[in-house]
Amino acid sequence: MSVLDTCKPLTRSEMAARVARDIPEGWYVNLGIGAPLQIADFVPAEREVIFHSENGVLGMGPAPAPDHINRWLINAGKQYVTLRTGGSYMHHCDSFALIRGGHLDLCVLGAFQVAANGDIANWSTSDDDTAPAVGGAMDLAAGTRQLWVLMEHLTKSGDSRLVRRCTYPLTALGAVKRVYSNLAVLDVTGESFAVREMAPGLTLEALQKVTEAPLHMAT
Amino acid sequence: MINKIVQSMAEAMTGIRDGAVVLLGGFGSIGQPNALIEGLIEQGATDLTVVSNNAGTGRTGLARLLELGRVRKIICSYPRSAGSVVFEEIYRAGEIELEIVPQGTLSERMRAAGAGIPAFFTATAVGTKLAAGKEERDIAGRKYLLEEALAGDVALIEAWEADRWGNLTYRSSARNFNPVMATAAALTIAQTQHIVELGALDPEKIITPGIYVKRVLQVPYGEPTVT
Repeated sequence: MSVLDTCKPLTRSEMAARVARDIPEGWYVNLGIGAPLQIADFVPAEREVIFHSENGVLGMGPAPAPDHINRWLINAGKQYVTLRTGGSYMHHCDSFALIRGGHLDLCVLGAFQVAANGDIANWSTSDDDTAPAVGGAMDLAAGTRQLWVLMEHLTKSGDSRLVRRCTYPLTALGAVKRVYSNLAVLDVTGESFAVREMAPGLTLEALQKVTEAPLHMAT
Repeated sequence: MINKIVQSMAEAMTGIRDGAVVLLGGFGSIGQPNALIEGLIEQGATDLTVVSNNAGTGRTGLARLLELGRVRKIICSYPRSAGSVVFEEIYRAGEIELEIVPQGTLSERMRAAGAGIPAFFTATAVGTKLAAGKEERDIAGRKYLLEEALAGDVALIEAWEADRWGNLTYRSSARNFNPVMATAAALTIAQTQHIVELGALDPEKIITPGIYVKRVLQVPYGEPTVT
């Protein structure tokens, strides 16, 4: 019996909502394409969190109503978005200057693997990828003050995505501070991950069984 | 009297040579100078190096330029996307050289070129395979890579409004790479939805001053579609 049969892993929406809970008012935040984009939906409008999109949007709002689309306004995932009151546009150099310059409080990226030392691999799964595509991931990982990762704990084939050392091509060295998976919330501490929370029904022992990287309970 | 507004695509494309480095504005299809890309296809220059965030989608525009075998090398951050079929075909077949550059490094390399800075240090890509062959230096306890400026012979960009001096404004997130590419090329050609009288653009809101722009062609195509 798999560990996943005895506990209740978080759904994608629950994972996004869980991350959203930890983002305080006033933070400037970049959300990576894919699953992290959903986090914005779970930050209540009255909590003022400013979302940045790498293509030059600061103060990004939710998707527009179908009859109110600005066709020149997209996010990094090339979906239509809106601009919140107080939002602004900038060109690409300024957009990445605020990333590289450490002005963002937080970036949340998806990943293939995160290592116990905080290394992240999220842009390519092999060295002979037919069309490698890095986008802004390396800039975000190296430049943001704090990098969190939102990802499934296991691959489709059941392998741990939290590893001793990344085997996929790296995005950045030692950049990740925290991982939100469908099984746990874990802090990067160096040699082993510190488990802050686990999905209902899960024990540290059971979690360790499906996690390649060593774990310990956060104090 | 200065008048950078040209009346035809042929005039806009004059002098683009074989082997040129061509900077193409846009993030995906938004802010992409599609009419000028079609003009370049028609004009015939080949053996090009293209610098663009993405590598085209479908079979038109940049994808068509690639399919026609006119691009020797592409420098971009994100060539793979839904619909990037042509790029993937020719890349797999070994018919195009690819240089992957992190997006912020790509834009900053062009900013450096436009600003007369030959190279700069960045922490982006340190310790990754994109650091191969680059000088690494420790500055104040952190590792950085030396990245060289990236200049274009030609920049094709899309603006929202322009005047006869080549002053430009942009629309929402269609600004993206266009202003920096305008600064980084010897010959910057802008397509624009609107042409206005000199003096009609609020000087406080001009994003690209005309000094960077050589030619302006009005292409009032309406609304873009996301591809």
